[in-house]
Amino acid sequence: MDWKVFLELAPSGGMTYLGWLGPGVMWTLLVSLFAWVIAFSLGSGLGVMRTTLLRIPRAIATTYVEIFRNIPLLVQMFLWYFVMPELLPERLGNWFKQDLPNFVELPFAQFSMWEFTAAVLCLGMYTASRVAEQVRAGILSLPRGQTNAGLAMGFTLPQVYKFVLLPMAYRIIIPPMTSEFLTIFKNSSTALTIGVLELTAQSRQISEYTFRTFEAFTAATLIYVVITLTVIFLMRWLENRVAVPGFISQAGGGH
Amino acid sequence: MDFDWGVIWKNREVLWGGMMLSLQLFAIALGGGIFFGTLLAMARLSSWKILSYPAAGFVNLIRSIPFIMAIFWFYFLTPMLVGKITGQQGEAVGPFTSAIVAFIMVESAYYSEIIRAGIQSIPRGQPWAAYALGMNYWQAMGFVVLPQAFRNMVPIMLTQAIILFQDTSLVYVVGLKDFLGAASKAGQLSGRIVELYLFVALVFFIICFGASFIVKRLQAKYAVVR
Repeated sequence: MDWKVFLELAPSGGMTYLGWLGPGVMWTLLVSLFAWVIAFSLGSGLGVMRTTLLRIPRAIATTYVEIFRNIPLLVQMFLWYFVMPELLPERLGNWFKQDLPNFVELPFAQFSMWEFTAAVLCLGMYTASRVAEQVRAGILSLPRGQTNAGLAMGFTLPQVYKFVLLPMAYRIIIPPMTSEFLTIFKNSSTALTIGVLELTAQSRQISEYTFRTFEAFTAATLIYVVITLTVIFLMRWLENRVAVPGFISQAGGGH
Repeated sequence: MDFDWGVIWKNREVLWGGMMLSLQLFAIALGGGIFFGTLLAMARLSSWKILSYPAAGFVNLIRSIPFIMAIFWFYFLTPMLVGKITGQQGEAVGPFTSAIVAFIMVESAYYSEIIRAGIQSIPRGQPWAAYALGMNYWQAMGFVVLPQAFRNMVPIMLTQAIILFQDTSLVYVVGLKDFLGAASKAGQLSGRIVELYLFVALVFFIICFGASFIVKRLQAKYAVVR
């Protein structure tokens, strides 16, 4: 084993191999965080739709969840990246592939904005279907009396969701949502198949350039473990912080 | 854009071969994952720290890295370790074998968490009663605890199996010709990537949606009455 390899100068970027890991971590986090925004907002909407008694919103949300849950993530990645631009009108498709504005400015990005955008859309919409299931489960775990009491107080149904059901449901589902977030962060590595040089891709590149595969993979693995532990730690803290005394068991007991 | 759906029929043999490889990988990973997952879960619940600590470490490590990273790891480690053991260098292990090792390892970590929860759902009195009847550890586990635990776990294990089937598409990253890999290759050769990827998505959807529908029906029919 030769850990000094990380201090050697890499052939591009004017930095060491250790420096190559930096942009990798950054892209992993950027893809995950942008995708999480989509997953959380869209997933919450879909989850609420699945709990209402209105037939059409429920059917739409159920169809969405079934479609996105039953196609492998990697296949979805290819559908967004390769297939979607071809199905659009030609000019719009080309705009996506070539002229997408750089809304995230970062050095050492050896791929175009379309790769990043496709990865974010794919991961976000895939994870939204899983978040929707968690939100639905959270809302359904509340006693029906909560809705009835809210309506009896004169709240409209949207108000019941906003002031009564969702504030409780979100607290209850913090543990499963934590694992959904960790899943999105791990799944972001599938973006390497369409050319996004995130952490896994960078560690493989280092191994290909230096033949120090063990060292390169160990470094990436350690970074993944550190980020995972950090997220778990932060979410435990959040769970304790927002717990409603006497209603939800304290952190550790979980859901 | 104009479609040419005939390309799917033209490539039927390649696609069929890819599907067979996917199914093979799925079956081996499922069997191996459940078998080693059970052993891992038993090790984790053991009162011997020399068993429980390494098992917990392995499971948590695998679960905190991406599946693709784990595939890369075992793709690199398997030929090296086999080479060291047998003394042969180089091509002793093919890519398919390495992929199988990777999938069994990762799935056994995932399954061990499910199985551990299942074992822990069995009241403590059950193994104690078994010991009181004179059974040893393996008898108590094999005849009393595990049969009950597995019955509780069947729905979750089937759901995980559907996820595993979807995950087999990840072997694409090491260039194996599974269903997705075969379609991708055929798409590049014929220039008809759109049709082939849409077809792959449709086939996966039909299989997985059908399977999860059946799982739901079974769950309703065979729910354990308490």
